[in-house]
Amino acid sequence: MYQILWYYYFLPFNIMAKGREGNIGPTAVNKIKTTTIQKKYCRFKKAGIKYIDYKDPDFLLKFVNEQGKILPRRITGTSLKYQRRLSVAIKRSRHLALLPFVTDELK
Amino acid sequence: MPKDFRNIYEKVLDLQPISKSYMDIELNKVKNEYETTFILNPELSEGEYKEAVKKYVEMIKGKEGKVHNIEHWGMRKLAYPIQKKTNGYYAYLEFTSFPELIDELEQDYRYNESVLRYLTVKLDKHAVAYNHKRREQGFGLRKDLKR
Repeated sequence: MYQILWYYYFLPFNIMAKGREGNIGPTAVNKIKTTTIQKKYCRFKKAGIKYIDYKDPDFLLKFVNEQGKILPRRITGTSLKYQRRLSVAIKRSRHLALLPFVTDELK
Repeated sequence: MPKDFRNIYEKVLDLQPISKSYMDIELNKVKNEYETTFILNPELSEGEYKEAVKKYVEMIKGKEGKVHNIEHWGMRKLAYPIQKKTNGYYAYLEFTSFPELIDELEQDYRYNESVLRYLTVKLDKHAVAYNHKRREQGFGLRKDLKR
């Protein structure tokens, strides 16, 4: 009994929970570990960009979908601080007609 | 709020002055960094377009402002029609001035019928650093000309 508990101690939390619910043994755990998940990161933090320019529509296009909507940060991975600045920049460039409010074919 | 009153208050209680910058703002002593972009009517001629930009530059200079950068982006296609127009002349200015000037400038934009859109932004320290870099390299402008 104690041996099993020790096993759980070293596993990551989400796999631990699965092990309790279903009968997923150590073989299944190995499979999960082999799949590599690419971790999202904030571009602005990584590149050291501190000011997002609204006069540069080509750059802002990366953070907008085909209809011209702002992409959520759960998809792009930008941090909250820069998502706020980004949304301000996009709205400013929309006001100056550098970016469209709504379209069908942006990309 | 009377200025003297606060000074006496500080002396009596032996306090440090309440944030110097705040005092300066109240007395309108501080100049700020700004930038404006505006779109002009495409039916104007090239000469009229440059004259209109000159007018705003002189207006800023007349009120103790300093203009650092003037950019003529020229005729550009708008992302969506404004007042049934698909093109427009863009102009861009960077300057330092007192905050009072901004009200006058924007009022002038509103009364001027050839201005389709305008945007004035106060710059923080990161923006100033970015603009300085942009001015030296000119990468922002070249991209615009390509489009």
